[in-house]
Amino acid sequence: MIKRELIVVGGGPAGMAAALSAYENGVKDILLLERDQFLGGILNQCIHTGFGLQHFKEDLTGPEFADRLIIKIKAIKADKAIEVSLQSFVVKLTDRKVVTYLKPGKFEEVQAKAIIMATGCRERTREMIPIPGDRPAGIFSAGLAQKMINIEGWLPGKEVVIIGSGDIGLIMARRFTLEGAKVKAVVEIQKESRGLVRNIVQCVQDFDIPLYFRHKIKRIIGHDRVEKVEVVAVDENLNEKPETAFDITCDTVLVSVGLIPENELIEMAGAEIEDLNTTSIPGIFSCGNSYKVYDLADSVTRDSEKAGKQAAEYLKRI
Amino acid sequence: MSKYDVLIIGGGVTGTSIARELSRYKLEIAILEKEEELAFGVSKSNSGIIHPGTQNPPSSLKGKLCVQGNLLTRKIAKELGVDFKEVGELIVIFKEEDMPRLLEIKKEAEALGIPKLKIVDKKWLAKHEPNLNKDIIAALYAPSAGIKKEFGNLPRFHIGAVSDNKDPNQIFESRFVINAAGLYADEISAMVGINDFKITPRKGEEYLLDKKLAKLTNHLIFPLPSPTSNGILVIKTSDGNPMIGPTAEDQIDKQDKSTTEAGMKKVLENVQRIVPKISKDNIIAYFAGLRPVSGKDFIIRHEDKVPGFISVAGIQSPGLTAAPAIALLVVKLLKQNGLALKKKILFFHKHRKPTVHLFAMPVEKAKALTKKDPAYGDIVCRCEMVSAKEIRDAIKRGAKTLDGIKFRTRCQSGRCHGGFCTTRAMKILAEELAMPLTEVTKRGKGSEIIKESRKQ
Repeated sequence: MIKRELIVVGGGPAGMAAALSAYENGVKDILLLERDQFLGGILNQCIHTGFGLQHFKEDLTGPEFADRLIIKIKAIKADKAIEVSLQSFVVKLTDRKVVTYLKPGKFEEVQAKAIIMATGCRERTREMIPIPGDRPAGIFSAGLAQKMINIEGWLPGKEVVIIGSGDIGLIMARRFTLEGAKVKAVVEIQKESRGLVRNIVQCVQDFDIPLYFRHKIKRIIGHDRVEKVEVVAVDENLNEKPETAFDITCDTVLVSVGLIPENELIEMAGAEIEDLNTTSIPGIFSCGNSYKVYDLADSVTRDSEKAGKQAAEYLKRI
Repeated sequence: MSKYDVLIIGGGVTGTSIARELSRYKLEIAILEKEEELAFGVSKSNSGIIHPGTQNPPSSLKGKLCVQGNLLTRKIAKELGVDFKEVGELIVIFKEEDMPRLLEIKKEAEALGIPKLKIVDKKWLAKHEPNLNKDIIAALYAPSAGIKKEFGNLPRFHIGAVSDNKDPNQIFESRFVINAAGLYADEISAMVGINDFKITPRKGEEYLLDKKLAKLTNHLIFPLPSPTSNGILVIKTSDGNPMIGPTAEDQIDKQDKSTTEAGMKKVLENVQRIVPKISKDNIIAYFAGLRPVSGKDFIIRHEDKVPGFISVAGIQSPGLTAAPAIALLVVKLLKQNGLALKKKILFFHKHRKPTVHLFAMPVEKAKALTKKDPAYGDIVCRCEMVSAKEIRDAIKRGAKTLDGIKFRTRCQSGRCHGGFCTTRAMKILAEELAMPLTEVTKRGKGSEIIKESRKQ
């Protein structure tokens, strides 16, 4: 079996920052596994600005922020201390630190001395709320719609209702509007938004998009494609006020109701997430959004650099 | 005008099972299906249960065909490479006064010829089903119940020369017509003047639980049956995720398959009584289907008023189990009414290769396969670990929509619900079928996923 000092799983900001920091702290045999065809992770689809204000003291887009890290990785790659393997999908992790991954034409098992998991997070779905009604085409998670517009160049819908007023929902309200779609409402069950103030102002208020607080989607209606949603106000205990129900016609529902760390591989190894970046198995670390869901890529980068250092120190100790 | 020996209206589990049975003979057969893919109507919502035949009166056609179908399914599953597991079922009771009813069900089931039935006590249940409510005092155990991969039944891959005919307004002429039109069987029959039955859609909502609960129960768990259904149950599925439901509500609309808050509440209340540890938070997906109900039994008969017309109607539960037996009965009816059946010598393609899933095989074999065909190493769906190769295979086997891919491969059916893999699956589908991305649908025309594609 191939042996490595350190394997980093995930080539987004967390994985890249952790790998770079491990290198700077003395680790010279690092395998960075990224399942996509490019490094950068979700930053690649975040083409809006607001990244890097803390870390790089500049206002960058997501791809620009990623590029700063990619350039550093490439510079190091020259002396082969960090090997980047793209289209590499980890299918198994064991408590003895064996990583199994697939890439086109290859099924590899690698023994590592230390592992940093930087697998990011996934979006909560309509089914987790759960919203009853029909199950037609036209219901997307906000991140999927963002990928369709920004990466693929597709327009998923023309009349949109957004559920949830977190940052991704707000940013997508503006994105759809700029692409010529009509965002008919952002519906938030809480009494205020979880999103950044700048996003409420710049993404919703500036475009006169109605933002309904203390409202929820009661039902999604549509046979083949979404036709409308039924909206209802709720009281402070989140109980519905049936007399307030009204319909909004739309062809698309965007679900932006939070993120969950992707920790299935860590669970598979029988480990649990502990204090900052550590797990119950010494030498297996977790950083970035797979450790906890962060608001800013800058904070992810900062804390993931710590994970790289923690792994380097662990490797010196053993 | 095309001329056929047998024309089957409806390409669900019933219609395709009949077609498969008929394809043993030298006959010209056609299936007419209104949906984009076969089995996208009533059959799409089946629970994958192969019933032993309990909960049916001994005199019923349903009961007899179910018992026979349970045996036939085992054989057909082998021929078609479909995953079938005999897991057994338990019908549980909470009170001593329900024991006579349970014994009556056992007696009726024995009269139907269902094998190896026994009443099991609290001690047996504690050992074999530790998660059941401790208030359950006994159960009827029917070991011959099984589960089948929900979408795996479809014998359509073996009907023979299946050609896709998209030409509108065609006239099909046939010596025999089989009405297997599911929810619309009454409307089809009315066209030839048969008005003695009506189909009522009976909605069933089902809720799928996280795979982490795969070991929740070891058997299919039923309550005592009610007048309209076998009750709300805890279902094992071949993919591991337990499923709970279904409800049973009659309605008028033949298209409304929405889920409701009331339905979810009812399902949860009922199953929590049987398995208390199930919670709302375990739900990862939900759906509803419509059973085509006409009275208490199946209607399978040659319509003497309209010679050559055979009704196969009211095929609700246990229709999936009974389908192979229904097919044999229909062939018998055709023969009795003058269809000559000459066996093909060489051209009945009985067997089909099972589908390949990289993680259902030993590591060494998976390694060799990935090396041989790199596309196996190209993972598209991360939650269920489905490769580009498996998606392309599914399309070659007939998938034309995202739902068609989902049912065959599980791509988009995991925890992220397609959040990560939908775009890739769409691109593969568009490429394989040489169609624009804007024409890729969820389940047929009208359910297009995107409105515009601007990048070329």
